[in-house]
Amino acid sequence: MKIAAALLAGLLFGLGLALAGMLDPVRVQGFLDVTGAWDPSLAFVLGGAVGVSALGNLLARHVRHPLLAAAFDIPSSRRVDAKLLGGSALFGIGWGLAGFCPGPALSALSLGLPKAFVFVAAMLLGMWGYKIMISKPSQPSA
Amino acid sequence: MPGAGAETYWLSWGGGILIGLASAALLLLNGRVAGISGIAGNMLRRPDRDTPWRAAFLVGLLAGPLLFTVLAGHRPPVHVLASWPVLVFAGLLVGFGTRLGSGCTSGHGVSGLARLSRRSIAAVATFMAFAIVTVFLVRHVFLDGVP
Repeated sequence: MKIAAALLAGLLFGLGLALAGMLDPVRVQGFLDVTGAWDPSLAFVLGGAVGVSALGNLLARHVRHPLLAAAFDIPSSRRVDAKLLGGSALFGIGWGLAGFCPGPALSALSLGLPKAFVFVAAMLLGMWGYKIMISKPSQPSA
Repeated sequence: MPGAGAETYWLSWGGGILIGLASAALLLLNGRVAGISGIAGNMLRRPDRDTPWRAAFLVGLLAGPLLFTVLAGHRPPVHVLASWPVLVFAGLLVGFGTRLGSGCTSGHGVSGLARLSRRSIAAVATFMAFAIVTVFLVRHVFLDGVP
């Protein structure tokens, strides 16, 4: 059941990205181009998504546990540190350059575009690089 | 897409609603955050008890655009302007950066903002600012005049 629920959530997510126009890097870069020919429409994606997600959160506060699991497993850290900000800065630069963030890039793989494959391959390499970096004992892990 | 019609805004809003539903469903059913960089990044580890649902989520995520194609009768548009080397560099930054920063547009953006997480608000402000400055530099400083 948990697997079916995750599959459904993934499907809704991918369908939403496609409907919203988020799969199109040109649209995303147009949204980020606030000093140029700005396309504000993608702000409505975030607005709609955060609104419904917030309702889900409110609902979650009134139930003892998720329907299919014993407990909620949600990040609880409140520390804003250099890792968080530095990582987000690097992500922002990459997002601006390509117009792809992880969800749309992975989702667009099913459309068979070579450029999406190359981006995702590099992205997974970057994720793997981070994993290697933190697995070295000389590196203090947070 | 300057001067886009009202339909574009409705579609974007509707797509956002679906994304929010996906995030709420994963939270209320499985108790987990729909953070895609985390879900993808953790697939690179040795399989554990969370691997099956993560794999299922990713299968659904990839099937989404196919379902859209069936329902809409056309493929969702995807136009990639970046050159091959830029795509590779950007992919490395996105992969490394989202793991270092513990999230991306979905985990920090959709889920984190919705629960007013301080970390996510700081992360979203940071990646939005850096993305906007990057697009500004690429479009209006280095490649001025190139669309």
